[in-house]
Amino acid sequence: MAEPAAALSTSLKRTPLYALHVSLGGKMVPFAGYEMPVQYAPGVLKEHLHTRAAAGLFDVSHMGQVALVPKSGKVADAAAALERLVPQDIVGIPAGRQRYAQFTNAQGGILDDLMVANFGEHLVLVVNAACKEADTQLLRDGLSDVCDVQPLTDRALLALQGPKAASVLAKFCADAETMRFMDSGPRMVDGLACYVSRSGYTGEDGYEISVPADKAEQLAEALLSDKDVLPIGLGARDSLRLEAGLCLYGHDIDTGTTPVEAALEWSVQKVRRSGGARAGGFPGADKILAQFDGGATRRRVGLRPEGRAPVREGATLFATADSTEPVGKVTSGGFGPTLNAPVAMGYVPTALAALDTQLFADVRGQRLPLRVAATPFVPNTYKR
Amino acid sequence: MTTLYTSDHEWLSIEGDVATIGITDYAQAQLGDVVFVELPQVGRALKKTEAAAVVESVKAASDVYAPITGEVVEVNQAIVDEPALVNTDADGKAWFFKLKIADKSELGGLMDAAAYKAHTA
Repeated sequence: MAEPAAALSTSLKRTPLYALHVSLGGKMVPFAGYEMPVQYAPGVLKEHLHTRAAAGLFDVSHMGQVALVPKSGKVADAAAALERLVPQDIVGIPAGRQRYAQFTNAQGGILDDLMVANFGEHLVLVVNAACKEADTQLLRDGLSDVCDVQPLTDRALLALQGPKAASVLAKFCADAETMRFMDSGPRMVDGLACYVSRSGYTGEDGYEISVPADKAEQLAEALLSDKDVLPIGLGARDSLRLEAGLCLYGHDIDTGTTPVEAALEWSVQKVRRSGGARAGGFPGADKILAQFDGGATRRRVGLRPEGRAPVREGATLFATADSTEPVGKVTSGGFGPTLNAPVAMGYVPTALAALDTQLFADVRGQRLPLRVAATPFVPNTYKR
Repeated sequence: MTTLYTSDHEWLSIEGDVATIGITDYAQAQLGDVVFVELPQVGRALKKTEAAAVVESVKAASDVYAPITGEVVEVNQAIVDEPALVNTDADGKAWFFKLKIADKSELGGLMDAAAYKAHTA
């Protein structure tokens, strides 16, 4: 057996819910510069299954929340400016809605993925924890002529996910059940001035709730007082998003992958593609639009190992059981508790990306068979 | 019958010249829910500290090392068929494999129950 993780470094940051995690028995580990709960007493498997059966509460306060406030007072100006940095249609996001986006670089690679919400008078972005300082600098460098870039460092972020999330949140938030998937904006939750979006990272219906940091523990405890809600750690967050086929930045997408290679074409609206009214105009547009028009040489795909052994990140992929030439790599992989089977995703040549294509992964010197599979592995239950 | 422990959280139950080997209850608690186990082939000659088996939880894979040198004489198919047994009965039914001990002097370097308890305290 390998030794358990070493003691935590003292330089790690803590979210406003740190004390609550410890009191709930959370096993704290370093993640993106924070001490975060990887699991609680029930463990990853039960936490995962509970989220799919009832509701799970996640602390995602380590993620970055940033307001883009237009100097003109017109949100359309902020939206148009943000389109300089992302290949998405931001101008077209209606007030009260949000959209998935990526910051791209000049090579067409992905600097980070994010959510962009239109709050009517300004935009609110949610970015990855490990990227938030770089993202803030990118926004300041790129948009300061048009926007004030305001990191919302005084807010925590909770995610309530699962089939019971709506009925639970309805007890605290008047229109929780009438919100649709990707609705986003200010709401009162248990008397607190929150920002609520009907979205998440599990494939389940649910919400992300931005709450003033000094009220985060109060809100978390209120939500956890419901018998349907259990606290869920990062371990289950990862297995849930993997079953949902969702990318993890730094693993499935990074500066070396484009949105087309990452099979995220759906997230780039036609208005920004070749022939669209606002085609191009974002970093790496030449490469990304050329890939839209002519295809990319490789593609992110879902993978289902045929046996019981998990095939994990870093495993090399081969076209046959005995070929010596690698064709790709697994970028995320593990065990899917809902499927009760291993699941993975990775990059393969486009010619090998068709559904049901047989591939082999090298795991501890053995060639394990797997097949290209549709994602999400577990159907999502968004309330569109 | 004597039970000995390694600093890598394996236990060995010694009966004559055969050692039955598993992972400790402390180790299974650290791993979390076990979802996959891979065991060595019967007849394989293992050297002390060689990776002998693999135990995987939802989150991670860990090697189980041979605590002593010897030949695999039996493996526990029950934990391959039902990996969760490692969580529920690590010290008992969820043994991993049995080794024919090659050199009894290697046992001298292992811990007894009291020393292991102190090691994990």
